[in-house]
Amino acid sequence: MSAQAAALDPGAQAAVHVHSGPAPVRIVVAYGFWIFLLSDIILFSALFASYAVLHGHTAGGPSGRELFELRHVGVETLSLLFSSYTCGLALYAAERRQLRAFYVCAALTFALGATFLALELQEFAGLIARGAGPSRSAFLSAFFSLVGLHGAHVTTGLLWLTFLVAQIAHRGPRDFVLRRLLCFSLFWHALDIIWVALLSLVYLMGAR
Amino acid sequence: MTEHSPQPAHGAERPPGAAEADRPGSILLYTTGLVFALLLTGASFLVSQTHLLWGPGVPAGLAVLAIAQMGVHLVFFLHISTGPDNTNNVVALAFGLLIVTLIVSGTLWIMAHLDANMVPVSAIMEMTR
Repeated sequence: MSAQAAALDPGAQAAVHVHSGPAPVRIVVAYGFWIFLLSDIILFSALFASYAVLHGHTAGGPSGRELFELRHVGVETLSLLFSSYTCGLALYAAERRQLRAFYVCAALTFALGATFLALELQEFAGLIARGAGPSRSAFLSAFFSLVGLHGAHVTTGLLWLTFLVAQIAHRGPRDFVLRRLLCFSLFWHALDIIWVALLSLVYLMGAR
Repeated sequence: MTEHSPQPAHGAERPPGAAEADRPGSILLYTTGLVFALLLTGASFLVSQTHLLWGPGVPAGLAVLAIAQMGVHLVFFLHISTGPDNTNNVVALAFGLLIVTLIVSGTLWIMAHLDANMVPVSAIMEMTR
């Protein structure tokens, strides 16, 4: 029986499990983190739903069409997307113990993520300076909590990445560091998925 | 099955985010994903900014493009696949999607009704006067 067929046959799969003991730590850790990420996405879904209900309630204030600058948002999207890409390359390099490539990719990931964050803060500052802060209308409260929560996640991710690079520099690409790096890459890719939804629902539909 | 499976122990499971073992094409996979994501993002901007699509159809077009791009991210960046080594990850994802659907559709349904039936604040002010 080939490996493929063994994996497909449920009986054979059960046999593999019986003989192999508990799952390796790497699988348990990444799977647990995957479940956490899904719960995080559920948290975001509640904010997305409230934004969808409240987006028309501008209370006489500015609407998305007047506020959003799509060129700005396009640059944000590109930096986050490329940062997701370099994050994948960083994980690839670290797992193959190519430390120089890892440092380059991690630095790029950090720089692109920081660019995204700087652009977002600039946008927020501009909105607040125009009197379109979170307390202006229900639409803006929903906008700031949704986009701000995503920004807070990106900030956390940047701190986490710094911590991981320091750990690799100090302790080397050992198994437990690589597990954390795998979790970080999951987190970073999930943030990009949430940004896709944000871009479409909030910015592209809002600016029409 | 009497002979030993050529797979390593727990060959039947793969953590999310990890590429398939013994496959050197991981960088190619990431790059393919990047290209697809760029194309879909470009298409989203194009659809929202031009009259390429019939006006009332634009939200649906954007939703389709966004869901397609999320799929691209899941497959090429998070390495979620339909393979037998990935069943657990897919089941967890399916459960997450179920909860997300319940929350979003339930919220939209209930809150839209509440919103439509709510007495305007100005009318409440009149009543309490």
